[in-house]
Amino acid sequence: MIPLLLGITVICFFVMRLAPGSPVDLETQMNPKSSVEMKERLKTLYELDKPIHQQYWSWLKKLSHGNLGISFASDHRPVTAKIMERIPITILLEFLSLLIIIAIAIPIGVLSAVHQDSLFDKMTGVFVFIGFAIPTFWLALLLMIFFGIHLGWLPISGLRSLNYEYLTAWGQFVDLARHLVLPVFISAFGGLAGLSRYMRANMLEVIRQDYIMTARAKGLSERDVIYKHALRNALLPAITILGLSIPGLIGGSVIFETVFAIPGMGQLFYMAVMARDYPTVMGVLLIGAILTLVGNLIADVSYAVADPRIRIS
Amino acid sequence: MSFWETFYKNKLALTGSGIVLLLFLVSLFAPWVAPYDPGQIDLKNVLLAPSMNHLFGTDQLGRDVLSRMIWGARISLKVGFVATGVAIIIGTLLGAVAGYYGGWIDAVIMRFVDIMLCFPTFFLILAVIAFLEPSIWNIMIIIGLTGWMGVTRLVRADFISLRERDFVQAARVIGAGDLRIIFGHILPNAMASILVAATLGIAGAILTESALSFLGIGVQPPTPSWGNILTAGKDNIDIAWWLSLYPGLAILITVVGYNLLGEGIRDSLDPRLKK
Repeated sequence: MIPLLLGITVICFFVMRLAPGSPVDLETQMNPKSSVEMKERLKTLYELDKPIHQQYWSWLKKLSHGNLGISFASDHRPVTAKIMERIPITILLEFLSLLIIIAIAIPIGVLSAVHQDSLFDKMTGVFVFIGFAIPTFWLALLLMIFFGIHLGWLPISGLRSLNYEYLTAWGQFVDLARHLVLPVFISAFGGLAGLSRYMRANMLEVIRQDYIMTARAKGLSERDVIYKHALRNALLPAITILGLSIPGLIGGSVIFETVFAIPGMGQLFYMAVMARDYPTVMGVLLIGAILTLVGNLIADVSYAVADPRIRIS
Repeated sequence: MSFWETFYKNKLALTGSGIVLLLFLVSLFAPWVAPYDPGQIDLKNVLLAPSMNHLFGTDQLGRDVLSRMIWGARISLKVGFVATGVAIIIGTLLGAVAGYYGGWIDAVIMRFVDIMLCFPTFFLILAVIAFLEPSIWNIMIIIGLTGWMGVTRLVRADFISLRERDFVQAARVIGAGDLRIIFGHILPNAMASILVAATLGIAGAILTESALSFLGIGVQPPTPSWGNILTAGKDNIDIAWWLSLYPGLAILITVVGYNLLGEGIRDSLDPRLKK
């Protein structure tokens, strides 16, 4: 854990120092009143005048106090505050997408394995293949055109309607839910193909095991064999796959939060990248990596909880 | 059965190679295939719906969408190959060294892989590109620099399983050096999985480039790319569906093509790997 975390901070820091233009230029070039002294003052303020390992060390020290620095954007707010107010939205979206991925991909995978080579299996095979190849931002555009503009059923931008303040509590909930449908679906779509294919492969593997033959031999119904004995064993490795899909989900948030104008971490990252807001970019990059690390840790732990064999070894 | 016999019998693989071949030809002959100059601005014919004159319509500056897509095919081909080339070279070298030497070298390299895998790839790419100016060369190299980890794991696994085999021992006995054993004896035996990873990698790189260009951080206008035509599609989403539909379809078909080809190669090279 700790070496991984340190490695992550080193890479974050290295990435940010690749920049050719300094943020001081960015702030002073546009301002005719800026003098050489002002430039120097800004340099000292951002500690850009010190050698690189000192910059890293002082950044790391501040980091240990949860201080990610001050944003270069015109609001000059602490990066931690900017990220914290946006994280819940992104995590809510990722969590809902994970639920949808689990709810759809697992039944698809199981059914297509149980009915191998059936029409259903072949059709989901095609669906999975397209799912792997489709650019999600394009799918987002198509769904926006169809459901948002052509049919007019769903809103296509933001999280709230203009009249949100005047709605009842229930009305606000419905409004939020309607805004979430398309982004959550798009975010889940990428993971669907991967997990359902994986579940299918797992299930096919498990069905061939001896203990399944034993279950059948002792006269259990096919239902019990599949849904009690086989499914449980096939589900276990899927936990790991879910953990592995987290970086993809977080990375994808940049795309769908930008497309749907959702004020989450991905959109913050996009805006910070466009504005060369070093501390914010570094902060989000770091938090994104840490979220991934935590996600994998949760996956490992729940795997151990779900499978006693792991705990013993 | 030989590689080609198996490959010829695989209809999906043949479809994939057909798509890829077609893209090569279109890119190669873009100046002759494209009906219009892709940069030709015509403000009198802005956002025209598809018609016989403009099969895929025109964009917000009156440029022919089909012609821009044909030139865009060149870009995605270039990005796919260069980015994947970078990823394959780094991944193969690191994987070979880690798998062949083992020990602390292996531990260090694989730790580095673990650290890199913690980053949501898209975050990392976006951060680096924005700080380095989004030129097409930067994009290609950065997609490659952030996409080698899978190849490393693959090549390492191959090297570990091959390094104690008899033919490697034999090479060692006749006095071959490490370099010679790695590149002359083991690597050729790992080429099959590298080739498959490369083909699938091209598909991934094309997808990534299109997403970056769509966000305005990839290939910059006026250079046409499928991703940046889609940006115009989003800006005109309520009036010009053709700007959104066709370039995305092109990306989808291209990626399907490379994926089919990659899986076809895998099944033909090594039937045991067949899913």
